Amino acid sequence: MRKLLIVAVALLVVHAALLFAGGRGVTESARPGATDVGIVLDVGGRGDKSFNDGAYAGADSATRILGPNIRFIEPGEGSDREAGLRLLAAEEMDLVIGVGFIFSDDITNLAKEYPAISFACVDYALSVDDKGNVIPPPPNVAALKFREEEGSFLVGALAALVGKSKKVGFVGGMDIPLIHKFEAGYRAGVKHVCPDCTVVAQYAGVTPEAFKNPGKGKELALSQYQSGVNVIFHASGSTGQGVFEAARATRKLAIGVDADQADEAPGFVLTSMVKGVDAAVFDAIQRVQNKTFAGGIYSFGLKEGGVGYIYDEKNKHLIPDDVHARVEQLEQEIIAGRIKVPSTR
Amino acid sequence: MNPFDFLTQTLRIAIPYLFAASGGVIAERAGIISLSLEGYMLTGAFSATLGTFYSGSPWIGLLCGILGGLVFGLIHALATIRYRADQVVVGIAINLLAIGVTRFFLQLAFESSSNSPRIEGFGASAAARGFDNPLLWMGLLSAPVLAFFLYKTRYGLRVRAVGEHPDAAASVGISVARIRYLSVALSGMLAALGGVFLALDQHQFTDQMTAGRGFIAVAAVIFGRWDPVRAALACLLFAAAETLQIQLQGTEVIASQFVSMIPYVLTIIALAGVVGRAVPPAALGKTGE
Repeated sequence: MRKLLIVAVALLVVHAALLFAGGRGVTESARPGATDVGIVLDVGGRGDKSFNDGAYAGADSATRILGPNIRFIEPGEGSDREAGLRLLAAEEMDLVIGVGFIFSDDITNLAKEYPAISFACVDYALSVDDKGNVIPPPPNVAALKFREEEGSFLVGALAALVGKSKKVGFVGGMDIPLIHKFEAGYRAGVKHVCPDCTVVAQYAGVTPEAFKNPGKGKELALSQYQSGVNVIFHASGSTGQGVFEAARATRKLAIGVDADQADEAPGFVLTSMVKGVDAAVFDAIQRVQNKTFAGGIYSFGLKEGGVGYIYDEKNKHLIPDDVHARVEQLEQEIIAGRIKVPSTR
Repeated sequence: MNPFDFLTQTLRIAIPYLFAASGGVIAERAGIISLSLEGYMLTGAFSATLGTFYSGSPWIGLLCGILGGLVFGLIHALATIRYRADQVVVGIAINLLAIGVTRFFLQLAFESSSNSPRIEGFGASAAARGFDNPLLWMGLLSAPVLAFFLYKTRYGLRVRAVGEHPDAAASVGISVARIRYLSVALSGMLAALGGVFLALDQHQFTDQMTAGRGFIAVAAVIFGRWDPVRAALACLLFAAAETLQIQLQGTEVIASQFVSMIPYVLTIIALAGVVGRAVPPAALGKTGE
């Protein structure tokens, strides 16, 4: 029995040590008096070439321009997330940022416990009470939300116009309302330019693991491409790596998400629906620094430059000029409010 | 959906399960509970990625993947056989350790806690449907080869004896500990190949890319009643359910969530003894005394 305990404890210690080893060297030489910012990253962590890297880039430029002390934590397992946030709050950071919808509940609870600390949550999911009314976030929480449906609408139109097969695909990660927003906008975009097109929408799963299952992503994408789909838009984190792999194998097109993913499969990425996580994080840090921080819902869409799609040297040859002009025009119509993009299926 | 596409997709999805379930069968037949398959797979996937990245050859990567599984298998064996630790606890610890270790070295080697760079791999052309991947063939062969080994060789008899009645085996001069070390080491290497397949098919390592496949393999071992061929059939059945779930998604025929429950429901039914009796090896999990 004692030996069992020793082995178990030893393995747990190694495990815990490795989990937090990720945080090494991220406390950039603390300057006294500067704003202290703590950031907890989501599954995927730094180097995901998407969402977390976006938050990192925003914090990085804030460090250079505004000079706060920033500390990052990359949680391993799910339960470490709350612990990471709590650790930062207990250290009396001025601002604690959770990168990902999955932090919503933890941040809501912690914000009530630490009313003097400012919190921000990227993709904050608003909870709803029994009667279906939206519960606003606590006064010290900034909910950074993106109107992904608007960007998805544009890439949907692009997919339908470029795909030319009356059938376009969508691969989502976890089957949750946040990802349904992408699907809903995409669907609306496809239908807007091609009313008789069908959208094949599939999800990798119903747990957070669905965002990091490239094997499943590849099989989903292969079956879609085999059924006659020519363009697939993925909103599935690392699972999307499998979608790009399938695009390479079948020599068809995929659309990236959150960040410019053109380099994941050069020549096979039609465009990417980008989300300005970097600008939102920068903005939150700046507000705390200038003491203008206020809780509430911050919404970023096409109008604010919070979402958009990539059109540059790398993918110009894949998008005909008339298609590009059409999509640009749609963008203006959404900004002007002439097209209303749905955010639910 | 044509039947050929359905079949090939089922096989591709089944390969990681087939390797891992074979690994599970051999360890459990020797009396060591094999909850650590997920960890072996993840280690195998990561070691293969490292090996391929630095050598440029997927074959070297394959060997590195096997080596990674071997190391974790030996850690598992050492804790459970030499130190007689609780096998369930060690199994879970190995899985957690694999997540931490792979992420730690992922950051160290590639400065990313999410993905490795793209590597060479097997199976480039979609037209081949995955059949140009040697690991696919190895996966299909793993169960028959293991069955031959377990039932037709002297060594296989010893493995079974050690798992059923270690005292009797010891009384005729078989070293129980040695047979168990070898079986668990083999288990680690076999299961690791499942991870190698994933990484080389994907041309990349992604943090926690095994996504619970090791646990599905554990279910397949139990559902297959600790027999390599039946476990392999269970793997194929589970993979077919997954393929069906992929194909049905987006259609309105039947809720795809319902189809994805099939493997787990079947396993519970099998454990409850509805379909024949699931009798584990008699000495399974009993190194403690």
